[in-house]
Amino acid sequence: MGRQDPAPLKTTIHIRPQKGLQLIDVRELRQYRDLLYFLVARDIKVKYKQTVLGGLWAVIQPFCMMVVFTLFFGRLARIPSDGVPYPIFNYTALIAWTYFAQAVSQSGNSIVGSGNLITKVYFPRLIIPLTPVIAGLLDFAIAFAVLVGMMAYFRIYPTAMAVTLPLLTLLMMLTAGGAGMLLAALNAKYRDIRYTIPFLMQFWMFATPIVYPASLVPERYRMIYALNPMTGVIEGFRAALLGTVPFPTDMVLLSLGVSLAMFLTGLTYFKQVERHFADVI
Amino acid sequence: MSHPIIEVRGLSKQYHIGMKERLNRTFREAVVDALTAPVRNFRELRRLTRIEEERGDTIWALRDVAFEVQPGEVMGIIGRNGAGKSTLLKILSRITEPSSGDILLHGRVASLLEVGTGFHPELTGRENIYLNGTILGMRKHEIDRKFDEIVAFSEIEKFLDTPVKRYSSGMYVRLAFAVASHLEPEILLVDEVLAVGDAEFQKKCLGKMGDVAREGRTVIFVSHNMAAIENLCTRGMVLHQGCVDFLGSQQEAITRYLSINNASSLLLKDRTDKIGNGKIRVTQIEVRDAEGNRIDSCTSGQNISIRLYYQTMENAQFSHVLASISFKTQLGVPVFLHHNRLTREDFGPVQGVGCFTCTISRLPLPAGVYTIGYSIMPDNGRSGTYYDSLPYAMTLTVVEGDFYGTSEIPPLSHGVCLVEASWENEL
Repeated sequence: MGRQDPAPLKTTIHIRPQKGLQLIDVRELRQYRDLLYFLVARDIKVKYKQTVLGGLWAVIQPFCMMVVFTLFFGRLARIPSDGVPYPIFNYTALIAWTYFAQAVSQSGNSIVGSGNLITKVYFPRLIIPLTPVIAGLLDFAIAFAVLVGMMAYFRIYPTAMAVTLPLLTLLMMLTAGGAGMLLAALNAKYRDIRYTIPFLMQFWMFATPIVYPASLVPERYRMIYALNPMTGVIEGFRAALLGTVPFPTDMVLLSLGVSLAMFLTGLTYFKQVERHFADVI
Repeated sequence: MSHPIIEVRGLSKQYHIGMKERLNRTFREAVVDALTAPVRNFRELRRLTRIEEERGDTIWALRDVAFEVQPGEVMGIIGRNGAGKSTLLKILSRITEPSSGDILLHGRVASLLEVGTGFHPELTGRENIYLNGTILGMRKHEIDRKFDEIVAFSEIEKFLDTPVKRYSSGMYVRLAFAVASHLEPEILLVDEVLAVGDAEFQKKCLGKMGDVAREGRTVIFVSHNMAAIENLCTRGMVLHQGCVDFLGSQQEAITRYLSINNASSLLLKDRTDKIGNGKIRVTQIEVRDAEGNRIDSCTSGQNISIRLYYQTMENAQFSHVLASISFKTQLGVPVFLHHNRLTREDFGPVQGVGCFTCTISRLPLPAGVYTIGYSIMPDNGRSGTYYDSLPYAMTLTVVEGDFYGTSEIPPLSHGVCLVEASWENEL
């Protein structure tokens, strides 16, 4: 400890077999917050190293999907788009979905992928699955900037409910973090998860109003449908930015509840099994 | 006596050994097996983290280990591969959890189980200093403060903004060690990290370790480098098959380690690769230390003796017997040969049972594994007739020892023997 540092409390670490529910050591997480920062910085810096298009990839992926979906679902299948042009209707959903799908799959594979760290040095393991959830925000922001351009092109103006955007983003991160922690913890022991994640994300995408509006779902099933927290996120984004439908407050609140429950479940399970990571990776 | 900084009590760690593979004899069995595999696999995987005593497919990596370390002590841990050294360090560094027992660590802990943990090849030296530093538990402001010192120690100033994938392995290791050595924990756990880099850098690392120890930090140091253990540590612990075999001074620990390494070798009379007419047979070959303990490893510079126990055929008598021993490296390069005529000792008449003993003072070999061969032949000026000969009779592991008293010896790759010489600069 350097002299300039505030004298730390005399720490005593007690190591013994853990039993019962593991709680989060908030003080320790704070101690390691710089690590989270540098891991996020690493992910961001490394992501597009030695690529020609660099950060453009953050736009190309949702944009190409939008083109395909517009052709098949918008033009051929004539799926309604709540009164706005299909491309922007779809792209708004796709940027949130692209963030979510990438964050969940990277987070789900993160523990296994960080075996070299986990078996060699101690630090709060939670940082690992949370890193992609934060690092993914940069791509989201880049893709979002393109959305702003599209809105200008289509002359669509955000509604006053755009103030809820930070909350919706947080909701999206919370859901990704919860799913990510759960999958990462399971993946450490059952490597089947690695092969399950791509399917899961496909199914989840069609269970979320991305290529179609939530208004297509019959009214009486709508709240069951909104148990999928990404439904609230995406309908919320569309309502706030495009004004497609009145802001679905009830849906967003339900999603928030489910998402919090998912986050806590993921966190609890992760904390229970993290002590075995070094032995099973 | 002050209060111990590390207290370990009743520490055990049990591991599952690998899942058994099943062999299928028929196609039908193979199909049934494939279909039921998921259920079986699930059970096996679930059991990975649960220990069931009666299943019998577990091993104790550590069993009932207990010791204490006082503040400022440098404890060296030695033991063969698989003795539990790394497991002990992993438990102390909280990477893995013990199966039972408990440990109290009174102070901030940093562990160095390898250098450069978390280095990313695409990031620059500067970026990796911060990443690696925070992984090891430093805060950003701590790294900011020590940044110049770290860079100076690593000697890579010019390449600070080059991705580390373009570094030579030497530069990479220097940078990694520079970061690690600027940790300032109260307790430092180190595993074999000094076994990297060139000789000059190793010396620098050893020096830095010595500084750490002199600053009054508590260090636990695992190594196979006996010279480093001898010079850096104040206490030694020998782990053998997961248990504490010895705890005491570092010199005693080294001696103890070398003597328990004495694995029983294949009995010579059962060997089928012997050459010779068998009129005199070597029944046993042993290496002993100066105190007469059987050993199968020793340190560079140690006094040892090699004993060839023999038995003659039907109590026949032989005059002028030539006994020789030869050392080869693992690659079969002859290192030296010695026999009794070189020192004008005449063996004869030889009859019944006895023992030819060759005493070597200050074994001039660098660390490595050597094979020892012997031959017994009539000393009649003609070669080609052997009573008994075995080119590879046993192995002797030589571990690095302080041959020159300077804790530095050139490695085997630089030469197969150590020579006593002196240097001066005449003007």
